[in-house]
Amino acid sequence: MADGRPAVIRARPWAVACFLLPALLLLGALVVYPIGYSLWRSLFDAPGTGFVGLDNYREMFANPAIRRALQNNLIWILVAPALATALGLIFAVLTERIRWSTAFKLVIFMPMAISMLAAGIIFRLVYEADPDRGVANAILVSVNDTFSEGAPWPDARPRPDSGLEPGPEESLVAAEPAAVGEPALLPLVGVAPPRVADAGQAVEPEPAPDAVVGVVWLDFAPGGGGDPGVVDENERGLPGMVVEAVRDGTVIATATAGDDGTFSLPAEADGAELRLAASNFAASFNGVDWLGPTLVTPAIIGSYVWMWAGFAMVLIAAGLAGVPREMLEAARVDGANEWQVFRRITVPLLAPVLAVVLVTLMINVLKIFDLVLIIAPGSTQPDANVLALQLYFSSFGTSPNQGLGSAIAIFLLLLVIPVMIFNIRRLRQERKG
Amino acid sequence: MSTPHIPPSSADSGRGEDSDAGTPGALTPARPGSPRRPRTGAPGEGTGSARRSGERSVASRVVSATAGGAVRVVLILFGLLWLLPTAGLFVSSFRDPRDISASGWWTALTDASQWSVGNYTSLLEKSAFTDSIWTTVAITVPSTALVVVVGAMAAYVFAWLDFPGRDWLFLVVVGLLVVPIQVALIPVARLFNVLGIFETIPGVVLFHAAFGLPFAIFLLRNFFAEIPRELLEAARLDGAGEIRLFTRVVLPLGGPAIAALAIFQFMWVWNDLLVALIFASSSNPPMTVALQQEMRQFGANIDVLAPGAFISMLVPLAIFFAFQRQFVAGVMAGSVK
Repeated sequence: MADGRPAVIRARPWAVACFLLPALLLLGALVVYPIGYSLWRSLFDAPGTGFVGLDNYREMFANPAIRRALQNNLIWILVAPALATALGLIFAVLTERIRWSTAFKLVIFMPMAISMLAAGIIFRLVYEADPDRGVANAILVSVNDTFSEGAPWPDARPRPDSGLEPGPEESLVAAEPAAVGEPALLPLVGVAPPRVADAGQAVEPEPAPDAVVGVVWLDFAPGGGGDPGVVDENERGLPGMVVEAVRDGTVIATATAGDDGTFSLPAEADGAELRLAASNFAASFNGVDWLGPTLVTPAIIGSYVWMWAGFAMVLIAAGLAGVPREMLEAARVDGANEWQVFRRITVPLLAPVLAVVLVTLMINVLKIFDLVLIIAPGSTQPDANVLALQLYFSSFGTSPNQGLGSAIAIFLLLLVIPVMIFNIRRLRQERKG
Repeated sequence: MSTPHIPPSSADSGRGEDSDAGTPGALTPARPGSPRRPRTGAPGEGTGSARRSGERSVASRVVSATAGGAVRVVLILFGLLWLLPTAGLFVSSFRDPRDISASGWWTALTDASQWSVGNYTSLLEKSAFTDSIWTTVAITVPSTALVVVVGAMAAYVFAWLDFPGRDWLFLVVVGLLVVPIQVALIPVARLFNVLGIFETIPGVVLFHAAFGLPFAIFLLRNFFAEIPRELLEAARLDGAGEIRLFTRVVLPLGGPAIAALAIFQFMWVWNDLLVALIFASSSNPPMTVALQQEMRQFGANIDVLAPGAFISMLVPLAIFFAFQRQFVAGVMAGSVK
């Protein structure tokens, strides 16, 4: 380092001034002076005429919109850097012995080169709610469909005045209570005939002395004919329909309709309410509302991790190159498995690099702006709010309050001051050492 | 462990592919002679004799092959996951608006009839968009040049010239590294209003230059300070003045650092949205702002947004692939920023 040694040139003062002046002018006018002005401005009201002391700072913590931004910033700082660093560490370690590691690293690092605006547009497309358009929901829906069957009769509905009424959620409730010895007739319509082609002819069950019986069927005879509410020739059962007996709000018995639509509940169900469970009719799974109020911040954090995991990976990989190979080999010879080597040797040796990556990402995340502005739709932008976005709207939005905007700016500056001091200290130590 | 314990330096010596190893910041593996043989994982199976003979048991080979295979599968899955979002934008930019609203972009992968360059041709016919490309260039090139020139001059002073308070001033510059640009938005907007350069290209250029400077000075000073002083002393004895030393000795030798800085700054300004949003003219904005203005109708105008975003990515991506090493070096040096 260059410190402390006499400069090579005993420079003429005018030369020093000429070389240094442009930089000092720019830094002074556009970086240093603004810090002072913002500090001063943050003590005044919106028009900038009335002195309000620390009121803008109080307002910052009282205003619900800004509190939301503070909360979200906290979530960002706690989650995003840790996630990006963890992924970067995993990638850096796993690619160590892969031949095509350079290609892999290029793919992961590539998002660093593009603008947050472009990344925002990319992820707006990814998170589109319609599973026929957004790839995230398309994947979720196809995975879900692989592992679970959809509702058996999503389109079925009661015929008007048939004695079935809409119940809680999407269930249907029979007007007449269940009764032993009196078969319950539960007619439905709205199912396309081909869907019941495999079902059996619906049958009105015989009354049973020790059970509640009934039939759920498609009250529609293809080709016409048939009376509403009566099991006719050519009308099909609705097999698989789940029938619940409900007493005082709790389900006491359930039965599933057979091929001919008949079901049988135990005698305790006598007098209970008969209900066709909501699961029979629930609409099929259509993915997740990524940009809705609850998921919008995690979704945007996902796009940030996509951009910055490559940064963490490259820094950690460079640090990994400095880990003495002998130590790892010695541990392996002593019988440590790869996990133990990673946990006990690699990670501790990488701790300084991991700390630098984490702190860098934290500073970066503190100022997150573009991704939130682009990805959050107008309706959920308040739910995704962060300090830098709030500062932008407070300062340059429709009804600006630059006093409040300046207070947020100074707050952001205060948060990075520890890092500023750390940087200066590190430099001074290097110079002494 | 049954792997023969060979000192790492000799394990892979002579491998051509590691010739550039040790250059920090490259995406290529940097560990000199990192052994690429499959890892042997099972603990406690190594015996002295096995180690000596260098033979591997069948079990350990199976274990290592399985582990290596699993690692490859996991990495391939992650690689695909990382490519998927960009692939979506790329494919969408080549699809007709009707196809975009009718089905997902992945259907185009098996249906060649959906591909066309129509979105690009109609976008490039709009002067509003082509103008925004030129505005981006007109902002990015001067601010990169300004940062490099002004930063190099100041770094030269901090590295080699002497004046009272030099070290103290350099510490201030280092302190300014992490100042968030948000602090300057309101005051500089006011200042530029007074100077009459608010919402003009020179205003945006000056703002970017000022906030690029602390990093530029920090990076270049550290690099210039490594120049052997004999070189400067020799030039001094030949009668060179401060300016000649700077242009003939320091600048040429500082090439690699200047390249890294220029690429880093270029990408930073090209990709910027916030500064342009406030300081650029909203009637003649750079690409990022022009696209951001389109976001309000998102959903109905993907045929504009997707090709626009892709065009805005072309230059950064080209620079990234062409100057990988310098870009990574710049990003790594900037990790204090």
